[in-house]
Amino acid sequence: MATVATCGGDAVGVGSAVATASKSNVTSFQRRGPRVSGTNDSGPRLVSITGTRPSVRNGQLLVSTGLPALDQLLGGGLAVGTVLLIEEDKYNIYSSLLFKYFLAEGIVNGHTLLVASANEDPANILQELPAPLLDNCKKEFDEDVYNHKTPESNIKMKIAWRYQLLPKMEQIRPVSSSRFGHYYDASKRIPQELIEASKWHGFFLPEKISPTLKVEPCSLTHGYIKLLQFIQNIIYEEGFDGSNPQKKQKNILRIGIQNLGSPLWGDDICCTENGDSGHNLTKFLYVLRGLLRTSLSACIITMPTHLIQNKAFIAHVTNLSDTVVGLESFIGSERETNPLYKDYHGLIHIRQIPRLNNLVCDESDVKDLGFKLKRKLFTIELESGFAFFHSAHF
Amino acid sequence: MFPELNNLLNTTPDRAEQGKLTLLCDAKTDGSFLVHHFLSFYLKANCKVCFVALIQSFSHYNIVGQKLGVNLTMARERGQLVFLEGLKSAVDVFFQAQEKPHPLQFLREASAGNLKPLFEFVRDALKPVDSGAAGWTYPVLLVDDLSVLLSLGLGAVAVLDFIHYCRATVCWELKGNVVVLVHDSGDVEDEENDILLNGLSHQSHLILRAEGLATGFCRDVHGQLRILWRRPSQSTSQRDQSLTYQYKIQDRSVSFFAKGMSPAVL
Repeated sequence: MATVATCGGDAVGVGSAVATASKSNVTSFQRRGPRVSGTNDSGPRLVSITGTRPSVRNGQLLVSTGLPALDQLLGGGLAVGTVLLIEEDKYNIYSSLLFKYFLAEGIVNGHTLLVASANEDPANILQELPAPLLDNCKKEFDEDVYNHKTPESNIKMKIAWRYQLLPKMEQIRPVSSSRFGHYYDASKRIPQELIEASKWHGFFLPEKISPTLKVEPCSLTHGYIKLLQFIQNIIYEEGFDGSNPQKKQKNILRIGIQNLGSPLWGDDICCTENGDSGHNLTKFLYVLRGLLRTSLSACIITMPTHLIQNKAFIAHVTNLSDTVVGLESFIGSERETNPLYKDYHGLIHIRQIPRLNNLVCDESDVKDLGFKLKRKLFTIELESGFAFFHSAHF
Repeated sequence: MFPELNNLLNTTPDRAEQGKLTLLCDAKTDGSFLVHHFLSFYLKANCKVCFVALIQSFSHYNIVGQKLGVNLTMARERGQLVFLEGLKSAVDVFFQAQEKPHPLQFLREASAGNLKPLFEFVRDALKPVDSGAAGWTYPVLLVDDLSVLLSLGLGAVAVLDFIHYCRATVCWELKGNVVVLVHDSGDVEDEENDILLNGLSHQSHLILRAEGLATGFCRDVHGQLRILWRRPSQSTSQRDQSLTYQYKIQDRSVSFFAKGMSPAVL
């Protein structure tokens, strides 16, 4: 198998490559789950977690960003333990859409969500998530609710006794949810039942800090400190970092932080040219990445970088993030009427892809990428009319 | 380590120079492959290495190190490698007040701090053990990377002071080497970074500069490496020697070739 060959003697890749090869669950040998990149202890083997798959290149555990096209460009998906930074487009239309796709993907896969925002109540954000396109929606809803209500019951399998020994979540999941990466209908809302069946935590900044609070000078903006403490609390309490022996967490925590750096967070980086003299945002990113590296979580952050006048600061932020994607929409710009761009809503720039556990990274050859939002699909394509000698790698 | 790079630099682990400061910098590309090279090089040369890894986790360097033939876990266990994992330590120092000064103490301070605790950490890590049973050849300090310290609020002067202290201790007193990585911001106006980069360039004995190609991304040539040998202490009566090569990074090694001589082109 090609995947085994590339991983070579690396123990992490072999078992997981075998696991992916035999996708159908009629296997009799023990599945050896992929080892998480963040944990460097030789702990007990992790069973395969829904919604994740190991990278073909280095066995790194990946989750889907909610957009299969973006997953392809990022080398298969977003690595667990890393940060995806989205540079917002001018009116925050498409970046908030990517943000919602990420969260919706978490709900469909049964991941725990942590949504942080300074301007919108997380409960409202969740209400606006796009509806997933599943093969059999109604049937899946029934099964999901059933599983949620009876997690401990020992359901006797009448089909084959051997399946009883496998952990529950591997077998009762309907086929559609075990896929990696789903498609969403942007015009419909996610069914209420899916939201209720999911586990999520919200951080709404105006609720967490009182405006009249007297804040003594400390190293970070008060809002950022509260958010970091909140995230660390959730990671610790729910066992995502493996430190709590009672809680064997086999799930991913998806963190979404909206409009980080905007003035609503109490940061002045977008307001003045020499803002962020206290380096709040960079320190926040650094500590956040430290938290992510040692836990089973993945984070998406949208940042209004078009408002930041200090370009050197953007370079710092890029270096402190793992994956960076920039969105540029054509709304209101002269490109909207340019015939070359008439099929597209904007450009997508993959600014940085991390080299994790590897000397090389999965950089796509194609750099001229445009996106368009149709009713059911957010597609990313090589711009037609440019460079037709590039072969399509999608 | 990459054998081809050793040939270009005219060194081997057995007969490397001591008491030198090597500056790695990258512009518009990722120069971390140089860090992996020097880490495995000095571990194979049986040196005592103190690695201040501020940007990635231990397992990242470990897995790449295994591809290059060194085992970081074992090196750490037998005391050859002292590893400061910046990301993990930052979480510790940020959430809990520490009794004694932590190397990354500046994260807790509101105003710009200094790197004295970090220097003390390095000095304690590399000072020779009296028993002398270990038998490491010479100490090496490796920092990946210094630009992170600037991003986190330290001034360029504080970082230059830190490097000065480290050089005095590691290079002059202990006859070891120091290798640091700095990002070059290029056309973006970053004054602090430029001060740091210029200051270090004047002090270094060897500068390796990885640049992206001026024409943009290419699949077969990932970038260009400029090597500059300098003699900072002596007057520059002889010219500094400089060489330029292009490179392609592969899974386990990096291949170098003269400009325009990429195997893909020929």
